[in-house]
Amino acid sequence: MNPTALLATSNTGAAWVFWVCAIFAVCGALGMLISRKPVHSALWVAFTMINLAVLYVALSAPFLGMIQIIVYTGAIMMLFVFVIMIVGVDASDSIVETLKGQRWIAILFALGLGGLLIGAIVNGLQGASEPSLAAANAADGGNVQGIARLIFTRYVVAFEVTSALLITAALGAVILTHRERYKARKTQEDLSVERFRDRYPAGEHPGNLPAAGTYARSNSVDTPALLPDGSAAPDSIPAPLVERGSVRTIDIQHLDEVHNLAQGDTVIDDDNDQALTPSGPADAAHTDESTDGES
Amino acid sequence: MSTDHYIVLSAILFSLGALGVLIRRNAIVVFMCVEMMLNASNLAFVAFSRQAGNLDGQTIAFFVMIVAAAEVVIGLAIIVTIYRTRRSASIDEPNLMKY
Repeated sequence: MNPTALLATSNTGAAWVFWVCAIFAVCGALGMLISRKPVHSALWVAFTMINLAVLYVALSAPFLGMIQIIVYTGAIMMLFVFVIMIVGVDASDSIVETLKGQRWIAILFALGLGGLLIGAIVNGLQGASEPSLAAANAADGGNVQGIARLIFTRYVVAFEVTSALLITAALGAVILTHRERYKARKTQEDLSVERFRDRYPAGEHPGNLPAAGTYARSNSVDTPALLPDGSAAPDSIPAPLVERGSVRTIDIQHLDEVHNLAQGDTVIDDDNDQALTPSGPADAAHTDESTDGES
Repeated sequence: MSTDHYIVLSAILFSLGALGVLIRRNAIVVFMCVEMMLNASNLAFVAFSRQAGNLDGQTIAFFVMIVAAAEVVIGLAIIVTIYRTRRSASIDEPNLMKY
């Protein structure tokens, strides 16, 4: 005997399943009502739906139970969670009442509605026979086959109409969430043309910045590169160093010293830095930024 | 279990869903409450299907699920569209048609 049939026939088992799942389902519904954050509400609803799926199986509707888990819990609730993530997880409900006393009236209304439904329908069920779907499920060889026969014979028109409904819904969702692009997207070519157009009026150099100077005695990034006329290239130092005023100066004397070394003069004067204070041509080697920083 | 147990559970879930529609103000949560009401009606359909001894109720519940799926797709698309223009998912916010 398969578990589904066991659930449908065994009385104590069915009672246990019903009470556990019913209590869980109502707890899930209450949790959905109470939780402030939409994500928590969505998870509570998913919990309720799984419990309802178990109840469907207990009601000898295994096909609907599976569909409930796949479609509701798997697809619809996850779609909800996706939309919550788009809209913002932190968007919790405000608890300020816009209409005075609306909450109490709503609770009263819900109690009245529940009482009315329970009273009317349960009263109508008085003296109903012990229900069983065993015969209907066995007629076509199973629950799925029985539902399939109904869908494709008696309800075939409704079934075809739902296909139109689903296509319309999918199209509608695409159209509703589609964002129109007002300007054409810039291609790589457009971006390149734009960059070179900005070269002259805006002064934006389209290529790389000049590298820092590399000399015999220093190749650190705070030594500026020299332009052909002997002045420092302003862009060759990183902007933060310029801002800090820690740009090293290039003295022509150092170059002369290197030249002398190359000629065979091996005397290295440690006091060079003091002795060779900028005079004459060395001034031209100072970067503008460094003199600003020192003054 | 007799049918009336399931019907009572269905009625309770339906009332809780209706209560949520009335008191919650986040459009997405209101929408979840509508889903809860649809599920409650589905439970009633399945329970009555067993009471009647045929599968028509289950078929109707199946169609309800299809319609609910289509409804969720459109409803969430509308919520996302409103959120894009108003930067809010609260159902008190869209009041442009009020005056």
